[in-house]
Amino acid sequence: MAGLHKSEFENPVIRWVDSRLPIFTMMQKEYGVFPTPRNFNYLWNFGALAMVNLVIMIATGIFLAMNYTPHATMAFDSVERIMRDVNFGWLLRYVHANGGSMFFIVVYIHLARGLYYGSYKMPRELLWILGVVILLLMMATAFMGYVLPWGQMSYWGATVITNLFSAFPLVGDYIVTWLWGGFSVDNATLNRFFSLHYLLPFVLVGVVFLHIAALHITGSNNPLGIEVKGPQDTLPFHPYYTIKDSVGICVYLIVFALLVFFAPNYLGHADNYIPANPLVTPAHIVPEWYFLPFYAILRSVPDKLGGVLLMFGSIGVLALVPWLDTSPVRSARYRPVYRILFWVLVLACAVLLVCGGKPPEGIWVVLSRVATAYYFLHFLVILPVLGKFERPLPLPESISRAVLADGGGGGPLPGGAAAKPMEKA
Amino acid sequence: MGFLRIAAAAALLALATPVAATAAEGELTFPPQNWSFSGPFGTFDRAAAQRGFQVYSEVCAACHSVKHAYYRDLGGIGLTHKEIEAIAAAVMVPSIDDDGQPAERPARPSDHFRAPYPNETAARATFNGAYPPDLSVIIKARAGGADQLYNLLAGYAEPPADMKLGDGMYYNKYFAGHQIAMPAPLSDGRVTYADGTRASVEQMARDVTTFLAYIAEPEMEVRKRLGVKVVLFLIFMTGVTYAAKRKVWADVH
Amino acid sequence: MAESAAAPHPAPHSGGAEVTKRDFLKLVAGAGAAVGVGAIVWPMIDSMNPAADVLALSSTTVDLSPIVAGQAITVVWRGKPVFVRHRTPTEIEEARAADKLRLPDPATDASRVKPGHDQWLIVVGICTHLGCVPLGNRSTEVRGEYGGWFCPCHGSEYDTSGRVRRGPAPANLPVPPYAFEGDTKIKIG
Repeated sequence: MAGLHKSEFENPVIRWVDSRLPIFTMMQKEYGVFPTPRNFNYLWNFGALAMVNLVIMIATGIFLAMNYTPHATMAFDSVERIMRDVNFGWLLRYVHANGGSMFFIVVYIHLARGLYYGSYKMPRELLWILGVVILLLMMATAFMGYVLPWGQMSYWGATVITNLFSAFPLVGDYIVTWLWGGFSVDNATLNRFFSLHYLLPFVLVGVVFLHIAALHITGSNNPLGIEVKGPQDTLPFHPYYTIKDSVGICVYLIVFALLVFFAPNYLGHADNYIPANPLVTPAHIVPEWYFLPFYAILRSVPDKLGGVLLMFGSIGVLALVPWLDTSPVRSARYRPVYRILFWVLVLACAVLLVCGGKPPEGIWVVLSRVATAYYFLHFLVILPVLGKFERPLPLPESISRAVLADGGGGGPLPGGAAAKPMEKA
Repeated sequence: MGFLRIAAAAALLALATPVAATAAEGELTFPPQNWSFSGPFGTFDRAAAQRGFQVYSEVCAACHSVKHAYYRDLGGIGLTHKEIEAIAAAVMVPSIDDDGQPAERPARPSDHFRAPYPNETAARATFNGAYPPDLSVIIKARAGGADQLYNLLAGYAEPPADMKLGDGMYYNKYFAGHQIAMPAPLSDGRVTYADGTRASVEQMARDVTTFLAYIAEPEMEVRKRLGVKVVLFLIFMTGVTYAAKRKVWADVH
Repeated sequence: MAESAAAPHPAPHSGGAEVTKRDFLKLVAGAGAAVGVGAIVWPMIDSMNPAADVLALSSTTVDLSPIVAGQAITVVWRGKPVFVRHRTPTEIEEARAADKLRLPDPATDASRVKPGHDQWLIVVGICTHLGCVPLGNRSTEVRGEYGGWFCPCHGSEYDTSGRVRRGPAPANLPVPPYAFEGDTKIKIG
């Protein structure tokens, strides 16, 4: 038996494979019987939804790439050919385009859930940082993907965003020329963006794997924010959370389908159906909606370098949240002041989102400055200070007791540890 | 769940934002029209689209290309293959003869619509530096969509007394800045409809907009039909999985 | 977690009827998921099939008048070479004579041309062995022992009716669908 894994599977084929490469044991351990807090609400679906979304994006993307031509004179036409001639090409493209929006909706909710329930706190700091890395990779991928149809917004979005790097003193202009591979956004830029747009999602898959690996070391947080104390606090992942995630996936797919089939261009911008023209900038250029808050932060600063630094800083500050938040209590349910300020932060982000889509003048500049100020104030000042002064509400003794008491997560418990439903192995 | 409720409200707000953003783009608003192809069950009015094709061919095609469309696409607005072959055969498209020299041949249904000029530079030379845009996706390329195009085509008028028009410019109520380089393309009776419909400016504008809406989204009817099936299936699946979830969790509750 | 895996008993109050209903729901959900995944996968697979513009280009017209007897031209149909050969009376004679022989892929010469147009042989110019383009369409090229075509890749030889006569090719050069539009014009596809 030396060297062989002791497999518990009965099926001889599975057992043979599993003894040599225990993937079935691993799946069973990590997704079958994996002990998961019993009190998740539906917000805990969003990690699984993001996973599904990533798979959809990669699958549709691979088939789109088979028909797309990354050349400045042919890219726009090849996208139109996908829409008109390729079997189900319109479906693949609309799923991919709206999938980008769905991905950000899902990930922003996932992120907000983490902030609300303190999922970033000890011992899940690295898990959280990996999440921020995923967000950055998503942003880079989405930005480069948006350039590929080579419409007016593609072209001018690429020009404006790459020009951000020119803000850096001394080397800025060299960096921009290097990014472009020329003296303006042109065919070389389009080609490298296509290459990277194809590469980065697989890097993303790697980081997602690390994100999940880290999650399965620390275990999941839960709406109460208290640690699991024993088996009475958990349920096996399957079937309890596989089925609960399935419900979430169905609802998510309905929203997705409504966008794709009935309003496929609603979240897009009409100007991107005008072929790229390096000589004419559209009157009003805006990024896709999911970048609007960051765009608003950029424009709220009257200084070029300052705006760029603040914009990147707005994501960088997220990575520091585990150390900025000094409160020992995780869940906002037991932090009466934080709970309110969390929604003020959400409001600030919503204000930034709206301001990012408006022309940078008048009231919109004032509003984006106020919201930007609050955004940084929230993370850099309020989180450290609040932890020292806030009086948290009394925490429940354990998850199972809390569930028994208020039914908030899943209703009364039939009878302690003994009633814990078991999964067939 | 306070979080869920407020998060849902925030999501709605986020979805509503692009509308707010586009509305702010210009002070122009386009009175909405009643289109056969709007709504989740909308289809293209075949007769209107065919009349619109006539308007396009006899009026717009002199200056505007629809280079992404094929003659065979006309099948989607109810023309037969024979009719399409005849329409295509009447158009000469560029080709190369056996000696390798530029030549012309009658178009086939598989050809793209012929453009009125060989390239953008040639177009600008012809039109005094202006470039009549390609109309293949014009409905999708304007934030106001079909309403914007219709109102523009029917929006020519005498300029207000205090307005000084630029050289070679025309007044239009629905063009940004109200000065457009395109002279009014439609006038009452500009085309003669075979089906006896009176060719008023509004009628022609409505018909050609329907045609161009089809050319912009030839997949629309298929898309919406498939969408209804997909959404019904997903609603059914939501019900089944939710019921299954309740059963599975019955042990715990 | 090891303990939970080792205790496969259903929860105590799960009655028989409950279990049946639950199993049924699981079955419906599983079947629905399978249908859903299939419906998602199919558009991706179908997107690799020939697109509408490729299918629309599936016919080619050829003017036969410039091709003199003994000559052949190559035209492109669906991206493939098609040989259009104007056969001499001797070549037709040879082809018909071979009808009675034992051929690797039996077919009469008459079945490979259109009635009344015996001099015109139209075949897809792709060797049925592994897809090379045989030589012999130009009169200067080697045509093999049977006067038709010779595939340089693995030595298959075709006769003046495009039938394989020797070599590893398993079948005759296929005749594409075509029709005469007048005496000197054909439409392939």
